[in-house]
Amino acid sequence: MECLIGIKGKDFVIVASDTISARSIVSMKQDHDKMFKLSDKIVMACSGESGDTVQFAEYISKNIQLYKMRNGYELSPRAAANFTRRNLAEYLRSRTPYQVNMLIGGYDETDGPSLFYMDYLAALIEAPFAAHGYGSFFVLSLLDRYYRDDVTQEGAIKLLHQCIDEVQKRFIVNLPTFKVRCINKDGITDLPDLRAGKQ
Amino acid sequence: MALADACNFSQSFSNFAAIPTALGPQDGLSDFQNALQSSENFTIPQNYDPVRDMKTLVDGDKDVKIEFDHGTTTLAFKFKHGVIVAVDSRATAGPYIASQTVKKVIEINPYLLGTMAGGAADCSYWERVLAKQCRIHELRNKERISVAAASKLLANIVYNYKGMGLSMGTMICGWDKRGPGLYYVDSDGTRLTNDMFSVGSGSTYAYGVLDSGYNYDMSVEDAYQLGERAIYHATHRDAYSGGTVNMYHMKETGWIKVSANNVLDLHYKYAEEKKQ
Repeated sequence: MECLIGIKGKDFVIVASDTISARSIVSMKQDHDKMFKLSDKIVMACSGESGDTVQFAEYISKNIQLYKMRNGYELSPRAAANFTRRNLAEYLRSRTPYQVNMLIGGYDETDGPSLFYMDYLAALIEAPFAAHGYGSFFVLSLLDRYYRDDVTQEGAIKLLHQCIDEVQKRFIVNLPTFKVRCINKDGITDLPDLRAGKQ
Repeated sequence: MALADACNFSQSFSNFAAIPTALGPQDGLSDFQNALQSSENFTIPQNYDPVRDMKTLVDGDKDVKIEFDHGTTTLAFKFKHGVIVAVDSRATAGPYIASQTVKKVIEINPYLLGTMAGGAADCSYWERVLAKQCRIHELRNKERISVAAASKLLANIVYNYKGMGLSMGTMICGWDKRGPGLYYVDSDGTRLTNDMFSVGSGSTYAYGVLDSGYNYDMSVEDAYQLGERAIYHATHRDAYSGGTVNMYHMKETGWIKVSANNVLDLHYKYAEEKKQ
């Protein structure tokens, strides 16, 4: 029922996640932040089995921070994504796999912005845009239709808003607000929450 | 020294904070010794799967059948003057009401309360373990544990037993340096914080009353009324909730017990109020 959306531009990447935390049929929290900071310029949005999401994301983010302390330099977004993939793949083949889907967005001085899609089977794909959850069935076609690789940040926000409106209109589950973060050369910035309907 | 030897202290000291590791309690001899010394680390026979093996006793057609206590209504909410915790007191085993006088608020210490929903034994056992860990934290650090830390301790413990059949949905309520604290922790390993939670089979009914009457700036008296009423209305509609409404108030100075009113008395009281 959760929904994660990511859009990459020429010099930035935007990651958005819904803010509902649900148990059974009850929505228990309406302002849940599903994103985790992996480093100064990498963000991971996480959905999936409750419990696993937080445990796995914190394990990854702390290990990436530890890497920086030990070596004096940070992992690039691509390295962080591959580190995450390897861990997830190894746990997948253990008695206790993590059932976690995620989007990793980051900015690198040399590689520029990048967005990675990864599911609980540890399939890692770099993509210009990506979405997770039931929401992706509504959103991916919109992104296929309207995405341009020269999209500006304002354009990306507008496109994201269009996606959220579609999810709100056609998806039976109520996901009214999305938390949005932008990653560019200056680091991670929190953008105002997007609400369906209001432009 | 004799006492320490008799108590096996030197050996058990190294295992003092033995919270089970991620790979679980079945790792062999060292964990077996651990389990003998520290009660929060279980050893399990090889090839024993608690979920699969309990299934035959819960769902099977055998004559031996166990029906676990499940139905409950518990709620807690933060407001200007602290945290209100209110719970019902009914324990059911299938269609049978096993008890009407269950204490579903667990007094962890003067600044921490836990609530009980799901398996009664799981909740009371693990919250007792939590109480021990909180006390140890206090002795080691010379200050009270924060509500955030206490709830995370519990969440990490139950997460290690994920998929092994634990059943608990609990709210950890307290007061620390950051003011009132309220966390929801369940046996999936979920840990959330919010201004308001309700847990159990009657929670949907309680949420309805709670959401419609809630205001962060409400008075203490209004908050008591709201908490009691939300539980009462839940017990009215949910067959698995009932008995008495036990209510606590978490203040800066620690918790106080507010009331313990029978829902039958409340029913006639509210009916009387409606007439006027």
